[in-house]
This record gives sequence, structure tokens and C-alpha cells, in this order.
Amino acid sequence: MRAQLFAIAATLGLVFAGIGNAVAAGSAAEPPDHEWQHTGVFGTFDRGELQRGFQVFQEVCASCHSLDFIAFRNLLDIGFDVDQIKAIAAEYEVEDGPDNEGEMFMRTAKGSDYFPAPFANPQAARASNGGAFPPDLSVIVKARDGGLNYLYGILTGYEEEAPEGFELAEGMNYNHYFPGHQIAMPEPLYEEAVEYADGTEPTLEQLAHDVSVFLAWTAEPELEIRKKTGLKVLIFIAIFTALIYIIKRRVWAKLH
Amino acid sequence: MTTPLHRYRIVQWIDYRLPIFSWTNEHLVEYPAPRNLNYWWNFGSLAGIMLVVQIITGIILAMHYTPHVDYAFNSTEHIMRDVEWGWMMRYLHANGASMFFVVVYIHIFRGFYYGSYKSPREILWWMGVLILFLMMGSSFLGYVLPWGQMSFWAATVITNLISAIPWIGETLVQWLWGGFSVANPTLNRFFSLHYLLPFLLCAVVFIHLWALHHRKSNNPLGIDVKSPKDTIPFSPYYTVKDLVGLGVMFFVLAIFVFYLPNFLGESINYIKADPLVTPPHIVPEWYFLPYYAILRAVPDKLGGVIAMVASIAILFVLPWLDTSKVRSARFRPIYKQFFWIFLADCFVLGWVGANPVEGSFILIGRIATVYYFAHFLIILPLLGKFERTKPLPESIHQAVLAKKGGADASGAPPDSSAGSSPGGAA
Repeated sequence: MRAQLFAIAATLGLVFAGIGNAVAAGSAAEPPDHEWQHTGVFGTFDRGELQRGFQVFQEVCASCHSLDFIAFRNLLDIGFDVDQIKAIAAEYEVEDGPDNEGEMFMRTAKGSDYFPAPFANPQAARASNGGAFPPDLSVIVKARDGGLNYLYGILTGYEEEAPEGFELAEGMNYNHYFPGHQIAMPEPLYEEAVEYADGTEPTLEQLAHDVSVFLAWTAEPELEIRKKTGLKVLIFIAIFTALIYIIKRRVWAKLH
Repeated sequence: MTTPLHRYRIVQWIDYRLPIFSWTNEHLVEYPAPRNLNYWWNFGSLAGIMLVVQIITGIILAMHYTPHVDYAFNSTEHIMRDVEWGWMMRYLHANGASMFFVVVYIHIFRGFYYGSYKSPREILWWMGVLILFLMMGSSFLGYVLPWGQMSFWAATVITNLISAIPWIGETLVQWLWGGFSVANPTLNRFFSLHYLLPFLLCAVVFIHLWALHHRKSNNPLGIDVKSPKDTIPFSPYYTVKDLVGLGVMFFVLAIFVFYLPNFLGESINYIKADPLVTPPHIVPEWYFLPYYAILRAVPDKLGGVIAMVASIAILFVLPWLDTSKVRSARFRPIYKQFFWIFLADCFVLGWVGANPVEGSFILIGRIATVYYFAHFLIILPLLGKFERTKPLPESIHQAVLAKKGGADASGAPPDSSAGSSPGGAA
């Protein structure tokens, strides 16, 4: 029995190592492990990081990237109250209609509206960005191998000059962690790109960290409730199974 | 009938007209099961439970999902964000599919190890193989529904395999697509079929159980039940033993659902399907990787498809390929070795399937594929003729009691060092 379990464990290990290699093979340099507060079993989002990250998104990313799956009302989750959300929404105009005359019209955004996209359609987005399409950021953390570390790596991995001998195409930028190293997005963040409302020092690392955490939340807004529920579920199942196992021993003991 | 429930008049009244109480009693309570079933015998009922989990979560997901190329991806995110506990339903369903396959694969390999496919259980085994086929179809169709990049491209690659069929392939694949490529009509019918297949699955599971309850369970010794002393009633003994396995399974499933919900998924499936952008690596879900390796091991498209289908269809004739009269690997010392080599071969195929077809993977994949078929077509037929099996115990209860009374007081599982103690008693 023990030998069987060893054999199973060994083969499983082999296979997972193989799958890991296969995944890693496609990308460029492996982005370094950055420290995140919310990734552990009990990890929760830091509301300060989330709100600062939202500010970075609003002031920097949002000029090219959409955030289709996030409505203003969702910002309740990251610690804004209803009045703050109304004020944030009021900064945006959204198209509504048709009205009684059959015309579309613009109005001030409400909490129930989704973040307006910076471009009307992918063609317009490409036309304004040298042919490259800035992807929607709602689930970007889940949509890239390496997730958060990759995102953080991209945001902090720019180099002003490509290394010698590297052919950089016209209008492209050099990035350590982007597959192929040539990325169309110009370096989005730099020191003091944003003046933080809470007075935190806006270093490049701080900005990249905060906006990554914000995008981790937009990708997995259920993260906190998921882990909290998971803990209860696991404790319940563990106790249930232990009790059943005791009952099983007792029931079977009567057999002989 | 002697069940205590029959004391009640209302139960008598119903049972006289529709014998559901007698039937339940016969099949879930008094059903005589061999007294020596080990924990590997949990996995059949666990598979049944997973089918129920998939159907319940699936029905709820279908209430909120929109099968249209413009809305499928968005409605999936709607489930994740706006539907109460929608994220849990979706993660349960997605990871539940993996759990279902884990459990079923263990169930199948338990059958390999203990010779459960041998006479008189061939039709029971056939139904099992049919269940595997239906599961594969159902999970493939389901994977397409979120309409991410991998959904779309997996659907394209897999449906294109049908075009390898000579003469009618092209026509057939266009008929399946409902057009000239994977598009909205394809998504629509895949949704419809994904909802249909689990109910066909239920029907085949019913036949599987019918055959099982007719000829009764095999057991770790692989010898027939000879007297009532060899059996114990299903309840409470195996209901409670199955519940232990159920607890462990749900614990593992919960770890994935709540803490690693996307570990088994592909990140690019969170990018909406784009027919104009081909992903660099198109890989199926882990449970298809061995077959994918076999498909790609053959340098010819039609040949690859035939090999892939044959790798499962060969299981239909397994009861006749394995010529040994002895069922359980406990008494087949050489088969036991080949069993583990075969299991390792399947893992190697999975590993090759996860990697691109290049370098040494090509050769490893081909060797592993040849070995896969050689196991069934050469090793098993010959082993039955040349292997010297160990003596079988007289009966199940003698073997069990010999073990209980013998040196084995440590409570070790009945599977360890099989030959020594029961063999001595016989």
C-alpha cells in the first residue's frame, strides 16, 4: 500500500513538473515574486492599496484601457461610501437613450453605470495606439500566465534602451518580462505619475503595486468572501469526515 | 418483506402499488456486498455523486448563461460577479468536472487492478466505457461555453478532427458547425447538447448499476462470492464507508474551489474568443492530455484520430484481450508490475500531451503510444498464458478471518503484502 502511494505521488510530481515547464516555456524572463497581502489562505485586500490603485487606474490606465465589467456601484467593495461613489460617477458622461424623440443623449453617470470605455470600438482604439489594441483590464490578472507577478513585472520592467544587438521595431518599447520583449504600450508609470490623495509616496514600485492590487480585485471581486467561505467549508467537512470515520470504525468493529 | 418501514400502513399502501420501499431496501440496504471491499471501491459511488453535483450546479448556471457569441463571455462574468453565489456555482462546476474525471479514472484503474471487467461483468464494463465516452463529450462541449480563447480554439481543433474522415469528413464537420467555421450556431448547439448528454449519462449509469446489482460487485480477492458468510449488507457497512470517501473527496474539491479555482484552467480562457488570433499553444484540459498525446504521436491526421479513438475503444474488448482466468492482481505477480508500468505510461502520455510537439517529446510520445497499445494487444494476451498465478484463497470470509486472526493486528489496509497471509491460510 505504502509503495503504491509512493508510486502515485512520484508520478503525479513528475506530471505537474512537466505541466509547469510547458507553461513557463512560452514566456520571456520569469517575473520575480513580489509580495502581496491578499494571496495567502487568509489574505485580504488592503483598502488603502485598492483605493490608491483605483486612483492610478483612473488617472493613468483609463486613458487607453477599458474596464468593462466594473460598475461604479462595485466600488462599495473597496471602501468607498455611496456619496463618494456618486461623486466619482458624476465625473463621467455616459450615452443613454433613445429618448421620446428617438435620439440618443449623453447624461451624467450613476452608480449603476459601468465604466465608460475610452474608445468607441476596437478600430478606434487601434487607430489611436499605433495599431496596438489596449486590452480590457477587468480580468487581466486572470488572463495572463503569471498573473499578478507578471503584471507587476511588466509595469516595472521597462528599459529606456533595448540591450545592444536587440532589434526594436519602430514605435515599440523594450520590456524585460513581455514575451518577445517588444511591447507597444509606452512605459505607463514613473515616479510621481500620480499624486496620491492619502499622501503615500508615489514611487514607481508603489504605483505598480497598488494598481496591480486594484486589478486583482477587479478580476476576483469575490476573493475575500471566497476564502472566508472556504475556511468554514473546510472546517465543516474535516469535522464531518472525522466523525464519519469514527462511526465507520465502530460499525465495522461489530462485524467480527 | 421484512424492512421495519413496512410497519407503517401508508408505506404498505404505496409499496403494494409501487414497490419503491422494497426496491430501496433491496438495492441500498440489504444488497449483499462482499465483506472485503477496500477504499478503492468508494470511487463508483463518488463518481455518481459528482454527476449529481455537476447536474445541480449546471442547471443553476444555465439559468444565468447566454449561449450567444456576443454574450457568452460576458454572461459568464455576470455569473461570477452579479449572481448570488454565482462564482461558487461556476467554480464548483469547472473544478467538479476535474474531480469527476479524477474519481472516474481511479475507478477505471481499480477495475484494471482487480480484473473487474472479466466474466460475468463484461456488459457492466461496456457501460462504463460508454460513460467515459459520454463524459468526454460532455466536458468538451461544456468547455466551449464560456467562449474564451481556449474554448474557441479547442473547439476548432477538435471538431476539425472529424474532417479527417475520408469523403464525408468535410461535409460532416460543416454540418456539425452549422456553418463554415466554429461560430454562433456551433455555440448554440453545443449548449443544447451539453445539457442533453448528462441525462443520457444518467441512463447509462442506470444500466451500469443494473448490471452491477445483477451480478454483484467484484472484490479485492477477485474470487466469487460463495456463501452468505462472504457478504455483508450494503447498509450500514458500505454506506458509512462510502461517506468517509465522500468527505475526503469534498475536502479536496473545496480546496480547489475556494483556494485554487483557476489552477487547472488556462489563463487565456479569460480572454474573449477571437477567431483572428490563434494562441501559441492550444492544449486541452488535463484529463484529455494522454489522448491528445496519442493523437499527435501519429504523423498522419486520419491515423492520429483513429489511434485516439482506438485508445479508448480498445477497452470494449479488454475482457477478451486479458486471457488470465485470475481476476485480481494480488495473485498475478507479473501483471501487477505491468499494471504500474501502464499507469506510469499514461502519466507520461499526459506529460507529453501538455508539451509542444518538438524535440524529444516526439520520440517519447511515440514510444509511450506504442507501449499503451502493446499493453493491451501483446502483454495482456500473453500474460494470461505464461504467468504463474498465486494460489487463490478458498473463500472471501476465510481470507478475511485469517487476516484478522493472523499476524496482522496493526490495522494496516487489506491491500498490503497481499500474497503472504491469506495464501498461507489457504
